[in-house]
Amino acid sequence: MSAPATARETVLGRIRDALALAPAQDVTVPRAYRTGRTLPDDQRLALLIDRLVDYKAHVHTCTADGTAATVAAVLHDRAARRIGVPAGLDRAWLAEYDGEIQEDTAELPAPRLDALDGVVTASAVSCAETGTIFLDGSQDQGRRALSLVPDLHVCVVDLSTVVTGVPEAVARLTPSRPTTLISGPSATSDIELERVEGVHGPRTLDVVIRTDA
Amino acid sequence: MSRTFLGMPATPPRAPYGEGNLRGDAAFPRAAEGELRNEQLRRNLGRATHTIRAKRLAVTGELPDWEQLRDAGSALKTDTMNRLPELLEELERKVTERGGTVHWARDGVEANAIVARLIEATGSDEVIKVKSMATQEIGLNEHLESRGITPYETDLAELIVQLAHDKPSHILVPAIHRNRDEIRQIFLKEIPGVDPSLDAVPAHLAAAARAYLREKFMTTKVAVSGANFGVAETGTLSVVESEGNGRMCLTLPETLITVMGIEKVIPRYQDLEVFLQLLPRSSTGERMNPYTSMWTGVTPGDGPQEFHLVLLDNGRTAALADKVGRAALHCIRCSACLNVCPVYERAGGHAYGSTYPGPIGAVLTPQLAGMHAAKDDPNSSLPYASSLCGACFDACPVKIDIPSLLVELRHQKTEQSGTTPEKLAMKAAAGVMKRPKLYTAAQKAAGLGRVLGGRDGTISHLPPPFSGWSDSRDTPAPPRQSFRAWLASDEGAATLQGAADEGARQRAAAHDDPEEQR
Repeated sequence: MSAPATARETVLGRIRDALALAPAQDVTVPRAYRTGRTLPDDQRLALLIDRLVDYKAHVHTCTADGTAATVAAVLHDRAARRIGVPAGLDRAWLAEYDGEIQEDTAELPAPRLDALDGVVTASAVSCAETGTIFLDGSQDQGRRALSLVPDLHVCVVDLSTVVTGVPEAVARLTPSRPTTLISGPSATSDIELERVEGVHGPRTLDVVIRTDA
Repeated sequence: MSRTFLGMPATPPRAPYGEGNLRGDAAFPRAAEGELRNEQLRRNLGRATHTIRAKRLAVTGELPDWEQLRDAGSALKTDTMNRLPELLEELERKVTERGGTVHWARDGVEANAIVARLIEATGSDEVIKVKSMATQEIGLNEHLESRGITPYETDLAELIVQLAHDKPSHILVPAIHRNRDEIRQIFLKEIPGVDPSLDAVPAHLAAAARAYLREKFMTTKVAVSGANFGVAETGTLSVVESEGNGRMCLTLPETLITVMGIEKVIPRYQDLEVFLQLLPRSSTGERMNPYTSMWTGVTPGDGPQEFHLVLLDNGRTAALADKVGRAALHCIRCSACLNVCPVYERAGGHAYGSTYPGPIGAVLTPQLAGMHAAKDDPNSSLPYASSLCGACFDACPVKIDIPSLLVELRHQKTEQSGTTPEKLAMKAAAGVMKRPKLYTAAQKAAGLGRVLGGRDGTISHLPPPFSGWSDSRDTPAPPRQSFRAWLASDEGAATLQGAADEGARQRAAAHDDPEEQR
């Protein structure tokens, strides 16, 4: 006597039956949409800034050697006295910051992150056309909770990592990494479809774009 | 299993009757009646759908390759359905390799039981939830409550619906039927410890929700989510959202349970480049939604260390077995078709009786749950909840031909109606109309039916078995003389000749005066 079919066998069997009853129609996926686009630095920068501002992110540009001064100024303006940073963040970026710095570890519980005024991270890739920043959990970006729980996120973006469109950005990702796409601060349109910035994610997003890095 | 060996494909079953949220209590026209009288609802809906329509048109117009993206999205979905068994097995393999556990559920009842068992195994009696159509469809919250587990909806609109003991009325914005004043009232009444001076400013209402849910996010050990996409090639799952409640649920708890319909699998990671453009622009009318999370199994030191994926059938294979209807499974739940539908805009989402309202709901619901599960099944009215205007087809990012699917379902409903007296009568009429002599005789006989007509010349109550016909429409009493009989009479011939003469006069006059031709 054979064992009763598992749910897995049953569902896969049903799918095969369905495909036998209504056979597949041959299809080739047409990829005529735009891919592999490139834009000069100044145009990519202008497009990214336009899109970030449109979705209520605050944008600051600087050169690589001005990173520390810009980050310190942003944190000062936001009155952020205690900030979190991922373990692999370039500490030179915080050389001019005079507040308290909490280095993140996997053991730090979420309520401790909640007590921070903000967080400073790097980023993996950005898409200019949609104003989207991709974090991939690398050492300079940290685990996902770190850039989520504090109410202020200061994110450093190097212009060399900014690509034009979504296909160019997806091509640069590593699928196995936990990846977060961020387009502006958290928002909701649930009340009368009116966009309100700031719900559960960071209510303030400051983007520091390094134009020569 | 035996059918596999015999090589005889069996039609897969629909979602079980009486379970979950795929069937309303009343047919669409009756369910819509009350909603149509609710002026507040119609104002809220009209305002919201028009706002989002304008936004969607603006951001889809920005992309010169929008149509090429739609073509790619449509073909990707067809390709996925063609290769569904291998893609699901690949997804399962990849998720398992990365430390996740995959479960299969034949229907909603089985999925609910799996999720409840997994939560109970953690020892937790509460769970935070990301907005998910699949878990709404199977009635997971109700099931969990019956097992003593408290589910907390964390999406703002789902929270409003849950606190109001209400049902969602839209795929994207489930509380679209509520305005800010109503939401304020709900919060004041239902959120423990809320500031009594809370006003109706949307930003303040959102802040109240943030404060209420903050502690839940920090302390709850288990989360349940749906999934927008599951990538077979890599085992990557994705949730697209706005508020950050999704990120909270996907990141902070120790255990994550994701319930995903089997049609949500996509072949390659690269395919995200298509759907991440189509979905946000069609859905919220944004170039990109604020947050998208993508995760692959378990990542040590980052996020939940226990991950379960529940793959759900619940009637999807029944839809797949229909060569026309299968296209409804291509839906990426953007809700663009709801926002452009003249019927949805007036009737609202509740009238459809299902988790899936609007045009896509009218084709998806009957396919998942069937239209003939009971006498006068409310789902059999859904294919008629449309004027077939085609706006939904134009708006659909994966080009689902919803009007054709509706027509096909109407056809199936008519076919399935079987040997009703109405159908027999139609058959008899067709036979008579093929024979002119018989037809003339029948028309004469029908003249006798005048006795049934009232003073206004209409028949409003036919005796059984024709009462079903007259219940929903008035039938004009047959005239004394049929049109054919009248045309053959002297009076008919004279009228026809008069009309011909009049036409000739007009043509002659137009020839004299060219202005007349305008």
